[in-house]
Amino acid sequence: MSTEEPLPVIDHDSAPYWEAAREGRLDIPLCGDCGKHHFYPRSVCPYCHSDKLGFDTVSGRGEVHTFTIARRPAGPTFADDVPYVVALIELEEGPRMMSRIQTDDPEKVHIGAKVEVTFVKATDEVTFPYFKII
Amino acid sequence: MKNGRDPVIVGIADAPLKDGKFVTNASVLGHAALVAKAAVEEAGLKLSDVDGLLTAGMWGIPGPGQLATVTLGEYLNIMPTFVDGTNIGGSAFEAHVAHAAMALREGYCEVALIVYSSDQKSLRSRNLGGRPSVLSMQHETPYGMPTPVGGYAMAAQRHMHEYGTTSENLAEIAVATRKWAQLNPEATRRDPLSIDDVLSSTMISEPLHLLDCCLVTDGAGAIVITTAERARDLKSKPVAVKGYGEAHTHWAIGEMPDLARLLPAQKAGERAMKMAGVSHSDIDVVEIYDSFTITVLLSLEALGFCKIGEGGDFVSGQRTAPGGRFPMNTSGGGLSALHPGMFGMFLLIEAVRQLRGDCGERQVKGAEIALVHGTGGTLSSGATVILQKD
Repeated sequence: MSTEEPLPVIDHDSAPYWEAAREGRLDIPLCGDCGKHHFYPRSVCPYCHSDKLGFDTVSGRGEVHTFTIARRPAGPTFADDVPYVVALIELEEGPRMMSRIQTDDPEKVHIGAKVEVTFVKATDEVTFPYFKII
Repeated sequence: MKNGRDPVIVGIADAPLKDGKFVTNASVLGHAALVAKAAVEEAGLKLSDVDGLLTAGMWGIPGPGQLATVTLGEYLNIMPTFVDGTNIGGSAFEAHVAHAAMALREGYCEVALIVYSSDQKSLRSRNLGGRPSVLSMQHETPYGMPTPVGGYAMAAQRHMHEYGTTSENLAEIAVATRKWAQLNPEATRRDPLSIDDVLSSTMISEPLHLLDCCLVTDGAGAIVITTAERARDLKSKPVAVKGYGEAHTHWAIGEMPDLARLLPAQKAGERAMKMAGVSHSDIDVVEIYDSFTITVLLSLEALGFCKIGEGGDFVSGQRTAPGGRFPMNTSGGGLSALHPGMFGMFLLIEAVRQLRGDCGERQVKGAEIALVHGTGGTLSSGATVILQKD
């Protein structure tokens, strides 16, 4: 990917997640009260509204919940990537997260396909968790 | 039971377009003011009678548009004492009708004016890269999510997977809507359209084709609501606001609770219909937000016109076209008439025109009750209004 693509503006909620990604781990919040994982990272659990949250390293495995093959780029910075697959991944631990499917054949992507995280470095600060079909 | 403070729509206006662009030379606020003036004058009122001002828009951000009602009030030189700048996307205006209705019933205002204006087509300001990657969007924008179409595409993909809905089903909606546009001299796209045309149009974000997507146009519209008592002395044909409801669930599409089910429409629709005391079979004409074909299909199911998962069958055989059993999006909708970013205003205007019997060739015969449902954001918000000929 090109470094001109939009980078996340990292905040206090998301910093541990992005830091873990930089180190090759998928860390997402886990609630100390209800025991559920959630994504995207918040300061209050979206299920029980507890603020006893910590980050937990998860398996990085899941399946494609839904996806789209972008035949037109989301703005000029993605023009070289077309066609590319943006997918909503349902992690084994439950939460869904948006990502890209790393693939040479977008047509092969389907709902229910098993996937595994793979880390793609964009800059010194930002590494993206992408997924590949397994 | 009738009450003198029941809310009624007494004025509507929209700006003329040519090839999707404003015909009149005016700024975005100028167009807002022109339609506001036209709508109050149609009712037999003056702008100085307006004490409730409601607007939502995407102009002047960052800048004066951040406080849109304040800026519009300044431009019109009025001092409203009830204001609502609720912005929940394209459904904002259906929510504004609800909020104005409550303020009128409460005696908190007498004449409410709802306004929208956008010159996005003239300015070429539609930005597909659109959503800065801050807060929740830091987890979507960097992956190249085409907004908003990508989110709708993901919902369509999921609906196809769960219920066997097809691209042909979605194309039925675009084709039927175009047939209505062909009966509307003000519609932007009036050339004939077939299901094959839709299916062979450019793929934008699979499974949505170019012709599954709404137009990008300018547009301005205004609605004036007052009490039934006040309306008796006015000159326009009143349309009663009988029921309303609103809800929202998410902003980021990844947070949508169920991508194949439009929960805000279900919630808002149930509440609006219950309040109005109407059932599905009472409704003569339906105006449903059509940002994309899938938006309509999900709305029809969630509003209960058919069962969840049966939207594809429901719209088959041009059921929603002129002459079909289910008159829907009778102006030509966002798909073929106009779509200036936030289309909900124009669903309301068309419903009022239908209930007034002012629609000429596209008039739905005997239309007395209309359901209007707006969707905003990325299937994020929904707001329903039930209108009845007074």
